[in-house]
Amino acid sequence: MLGLNKKDTSLLIIVAILTLLAPFILNPFPTDSAMAQFNAGYPDLMQRFVIFGIFAIGFNILFGLTGYLSFGHAAFLGVGSYSAVWMFKLLSYNVIPAIALSVVVAGLFSVLIGYVSLRRSGIYFSILTLAFAQMSFALAYSVLSNPKFNLTNGETGLQVYADDPQILQGANAPDLPHLFGLPMRATYTMDVGAWSFDFNAGYYLCAVIMMVVFYLAIRIFRSPFGMMLRAVKSNQQRMNYTGLNSKPYTLAAFVISGMYAGLAGGLMAAMDPLAGAERMQWTASGEVVLMTILGGTGTLIGPVLGAGFIKYFENIFSKINDNVLHSWFAFLPDGLEDAVVFIIHPFIGKGWHLTLGILFMLVVIYLPGGLVEGGQRLLNWIRRKSVGGDDTREGKTEPAE
Amino acid sequence: MDAILLQILNGLDKGSAYALIALGLTLIFGTLGVVNFAHGALFMIGAFCAVTLQKIFNLSYEVIDETQTDFLGNPLKVKTPYVESWFGPELGATIIDWSVPLAILFAIPIMLMVGYVMERGLIKHFYKRPHADQILVTFGLAIVLQEIIKYFFGANPIQTPPPAALSGSVDLGVALGFDPNAIIYPIWRLVYFLFAVVIIGGVFSFLQFTTFGMVVRAGMADRETVGLLGINIDRRFTIMFGIAAAVAGLAGVMYGPLNPPNYHMGMDFLVLSFVVVVVGGMGSLPGAVLAGFLLGILESFASTTWATTTIPGINQIIIYLVAIIVLLTRPRGLMGRKGVMEE
Repeated sequence: MLGLNKKDTSLLIIVAILTLLAPFILNPFPTDSAMAQFNAGYPDLMQRFVIFGIFAIGFNILFGLTGYLSFGHAAFLGVGSYSAVWMFKLLSYNVIPAIALSVVVAGLFSVLIGYVSLRRSGIYFSILTLAFAQMSFALAYSVLSNPKFNLTNGETGLQVYADDPQILQGANAPDLPHLFGLPMRATYTMDVGAWSFDFNAGYYLCAVIMMVVFYLAIRIFRSPFGMMLRAVKSNQQRMNYTGLNSKPYTLAAFVISGMYAGLAGGLMAAMDPLAGAERMQWTASGEVVLMTILGGTGTLIGPVLGAGFIKYFENIFSKINDNVLHSWFAFLPDGLEDAVVFIIHPFIGKGWHLTLGILFMLVVIYLPGGLVEGGQRLLNWIRRKSVGGDDTREGKTEPAE
Repeated sequence: MDAILLQILNGLDKGSAYALIALGLTLIFGTLGVVNFAHGALFMIGAFCAVTLQKIFNLSYEVIDETQTDFLGNPLKVKTPYVESWFGPELGATIIDWSVPLAILFAIPIMLMVGYVMERGLIKHFYKRPHADQILVTFGLAIVLQEIIKYFFGANPIQTPPPAALSGSVDLGVALGFDPNAIIYPIWRLVYFLFAVVIIGGVFSFLQFTTFGMVVRAGMADRETVGLLGINIDRRFTIMFGIAAAVAGLAGVMYGPLNPPNYHMGMDFLVLSFVVVVVGGMGSLPGAVLAGFLLGILESFASTTWATTTIPGINQIIIYLVAIIVLLTRPRGLMGRKGVMEE
């Protein structure tokens, strides 16, 4: 289907089903139950899942395929957000031109940065992209917000004001981001017994776009172009010796992933018409690296998993506090309960970053393939266990090799 | 002329910090071939050594003094630091006053330990893995260290004042033959610069004039051959990692009075220090020091009103601009050695 082989088609269909049914899947607990805090099916969080999913898919096209580790991808996200908000300010609250411009501007920006950065490889490339991103952050944060030429509105962040031109804004169009009159915040809540499910217009827009770009990513991974990028990763020198100029390929990959980041930034602004410089800071670039590595570099589904994983646990961990912990461990004797809560305390609430850092280190050390590799290992292990009798046979054949 | 000199002086303190951190980074890179993204965190841990020592010195017990009363007429509770009761009020007060310089002695063993544990516990397992993995795992470690410090010390900056004798400013203009009041310079910045010079000189002479340093230099040039000569080079490189950590830590200890330490100061410096290392040339120790001071001074020149009115915001981006230009025109950096990180 759509030029994909059977395996990829089923992967795409699975992803499509999961994203479209996300409001059900992410809300498994009744609203009033104690477990309701583990529900993730509210619009804001679901939007973040897919938006960061798009960002990570794009980053993976660069890092997963070519092996170039960019530490400045958040700059494109920020540029995308800024251009989308400018579209809201100048034209109208319709999200289509905003998203289109954010992709285009981020693309142009990444051509510029990529052309310069890709002249070096390895750690130099990482540091160059880092330097560019920090420079963009500094520019957006202070320089480009002077009264004469206010492009970014500095610390406050760019937002739409009542006196902005908005030349195409219709008289009865909603006064917030919308898609031809359908506001992004429109949410239909369906109550089924004790459960309630939210269907949000913004989420579905993001979800559809994510499926499209996921499909594109599959096509890129399977194309001759994708093969060329993998060849760059495995041995660029040999590629050069065969007389091939690998630079256009890496630049194309860089620009594509920059456009993905711009798209994510544009969508972020479309969900909440605000753009701030902190989106470009290098910690934000680090976050997308974490997502990709955690999910599984170079795999198709990994980055999406990683993005979902990080955003979900960020949300859950920040919510848990000592009282919740006490109620969980109430079955333990008093002294032991306090001790357990005391030990867990630094890792929850505001300590989420500590947990994330430790988790990330563990993944890099023990599981370089990320969650996808972990899943595969687990599957293999289960398969071996369930077959049982095969174990001995395998054990016998191994020494013969 | 005096204006130029003032800007050079203004750049020295930041330049010293850059130079010290970049020196440590280069030591680690040159010996172990590891790109250490957690080096900024070591700088921060050093600064928090000073904070800890200051807290220890200020540990007090309360005595109810019957002779004094507060405004309600109740007997006044007087807090006396233990240090003052042990060493007498005068010496005790001096010790508390000098807590930042004393923290150097406190920080050296701690930083050596931290460096040793870090190398043996984590970095050791990453020699054979690609640079990207090294970057990623040390990046994760930096996050963890930063969050641990944040958990114990909170998110707000903590004041670490310099000793009273070294706070305040000195009129350098008179000493150098300019008009009075032309160059007023905070004493602690001068102290910081001199301290950095001493540390840098110490590291260089350690490498240059001791047998240990000679072996390390030989190992940097050709690790395998040194190993074949029956020298346990890994052990020496581990110690060098500890020394590099100590250099970063000491830079942090003394930086506290210039800028109150907070948990993310390491990250702020790390990015710039990497830029400094690249500009100086990967693996070149003199290059790192030179580039550190150069970029610090350049940043200070870019912060003058003249520069910022000509090109708004130039002070924010100058270092990155220079780095980009250097990397594109002289990929090896100012003093980079051939064959280091050139694939």
